[in-house]
Amino acid sequence: MSQITLSNLAHSYLTNPTSDADYALKEMDHVWQDGGAYALLGASGCGKTTLLNIISGLVRPSQGRVLFGDRDVTDAATTERNIAQVFQFPVVYDTMTVRDNLAFPLRNRGMDAGYIAKRVGQIAKMIGMEDILSKKARGLTADAKQKISLGRGMVREDVNAILFDEPLTVIDPHMKWELRTQLKDLHREFGHTMIYVTHDQTEALTFAQKVVVMHEGRVVQMGTPEELFETPAHTFVGYFIGSPGMNLFDAEIAGQEARLGGVSVPLGAGYGQTTGRTQIGIRPDYVTISDQGLPVTVKRVEDVGRHRIVRAEFQGQALNAILAEGMSVPADPRVAFAPGKINVYANDWRVSPQGA
Amino acid sequence: MEKTQNNKAWFLVLPVLLLVAFSAILPLMTVVNYAFNDTFGNNEFFWAGIDWFDEMVHSDRLHEALGRQALFSLIILAIEVPLGIFIALNMPKKGFWASFCLVLMALPLLIPFNVVGTIWQIFGRVDIGLLGHTLAAMGIDYNYTNDPIDAWITVVVMDVWHWTSLVALLAYAGLQSIPQAYYQAAKIDQATRWSVFRYIELPKMKGVLLIAVLLRFMDSFMIYTEPFVVTGGGPGNSTTFLSIDLAKMATGQFDLGPAAAFSIMYFLVILLISWVFYTVMTNLDREENR
Repeated sequence: MSQITLSNLAHSYLTNPTSDADYALKEMDHVWQDGGAYALLGASGCGKTTLLNIISGLVRPSQGRVLFGDRDVTDAATTERNIAQVFQFPVVYDTMTVRDNLAFPLRNRGMDAGYIAKRVGQIAKMIGMEDILSKKARGLTADAKQKISLGRGMVREDVNAILFDEPLTVIDPHMKWELRTQLKDLHREFGHTMIYVTHDQTEALTFAQKVVVMHEGRVVQMGTPEELFETPAHTFVGYFIGSPGMNLFDAEIAGQEARLGGVSVPLGAGYGQTTGRTQIGIRPDYVTISDQGLPVTVKRVEDVGRHRIVRAEFQGQALNAILAEGMSVPADPRVAFAPGKINVYANDWRVSPQGA
Repeated sequence: MEKTQNNKAWFLVLPVLLLVAFSAILPLMTVVNYAFNDTFGNNEFFWAGIDWFDEMVHSDRLHEALGRQALFSLIILAIEVPLGIFIALNMPKKGFWASFCLVLMALPLLIPFNVVGTIWQIFGRVDIGLLGHTLAAMGIDYNYTNDPIDAWITVVVMDVWHWTSLVALLAYAGLQSIPQAYYQAAKIDQATRWSVFRYIELPKMKGVLLIAVLLRFMDSFMIYTEPFVVTGGGPGNSTTFLSIDLAKMATGQFDLGPAAAFSIMYFLVILLISWVFYTVMTNLDREENR
């Protein structure tokens, strides 16, 4: 097990990349702590899988270095890196039994039979397949096959890291919860570094200690679920995380206030001069609809069970707000923003308040 | 919904039925007619019962031809299937060279059978053939018109040249359908090259290989044109395979009765062996699913 360092890393699938747009991964410098549980979150095509394949050694980066601990593994083959990877679609050896599938990575490394039998038993118990160990893998359902893939990824105890590439895509929703919980337990028990790629924010936020959000080949934020929620570093993080995403309004900043159209909103902190496109962002959770505050036009109200979402128009811009249970929209609806929960963005990147 | 029965639809099948009757069933019936009758011309037939079949079943000549035929099919399958797989494994997966290889591999398949025979007939001649002459110049005693072993080698090599491409192309198609993730997973599991072949590539190629083996078996068991052009079944009878023997009997000696009986048995043997092949291989498949 070791810390993973990505130093000055970038990758392009073209041989002679010229512009920024040719890069699938833009330059990045990151350190992934040993034993951490990371989720790599982003929309499809943002470079998550490329980054994962660079870590596992299936793709060689066109620039920069990858270090496991102090060892430079940029040019090391996958087999030398001692990592495990679980793919999006189940990869099982069809003609082998479930038992042989689970034992395969251990046998290839020449472990002794007693140890293999014991370890396969443990993993089978974890994925709930003890009673079908002697069955051929090919006749099984897609989610059973994916469980075998997961099991095969976790069967080795000495791996540097376990990488998961959207592994629960083909699994039934109720099994997803169960398997994710098992992964977390396993992480607590053995302390492997785990990197979990997903485009599902719930999966990322429940699984990981730290979530790495990627957007257009860039890591835009690496933080705890709370940090991503309270202080998104980029507008993409703001609207990608949370349901619905963060409200963003074009505004002008003047000291402690933001001016939108004809009204001004107190920011709860002072800001210096901003350049470029300036926006303020606030989570729908921190927007209160009542009969006090600034005027707003309510378009419709959606009931999502636990609470209701108000879709409204505020100074000509779309606004979402969460209406707590038992509350109703007044005849003359007005809106108030929780001070201190507003973030300011210049050209999509967050601006820190003065004195912070 | 209640569906109304309308038997008029059967009339739509009639043209096809007529066509098949004239192209296949009637000629086959003529063969059956000859097989159970004796004739001295003038369209006069005398009932012969199963005499011709009896004669053919006990004919040494047919036994020998059948033996040669079985040996030939066995040899070319033993060479073409592994060689085809080997070539498919080593063909480029994409890019210009992949297309180039595909076209190159397809070329022998596009050449008419008698042309293939003629090519090899000339290629192997000691006086003017590139192969025959070169071998002679190197001091190797090679002559497919005199030596049965040389004749066999020539016929086998010619068939391998002509048909290995088919196996290779089918195997290649099977390989192309394997998702990249399988190879990546195998790398991560530290599988050896042999394990990758044994547990990933071979199982995924099984379906197309079954078809390749069946096709190659049937085709080689019926082979006629190419060896006939090259050796004419000789020297002696050493390369006289079943269909060459059949043609000799029917059109050379005009023994139409025995030849017809022979044809029917020949057809049934191919049908039987293909059915056994297919049943055994699909059953294996089903057992593995259990």
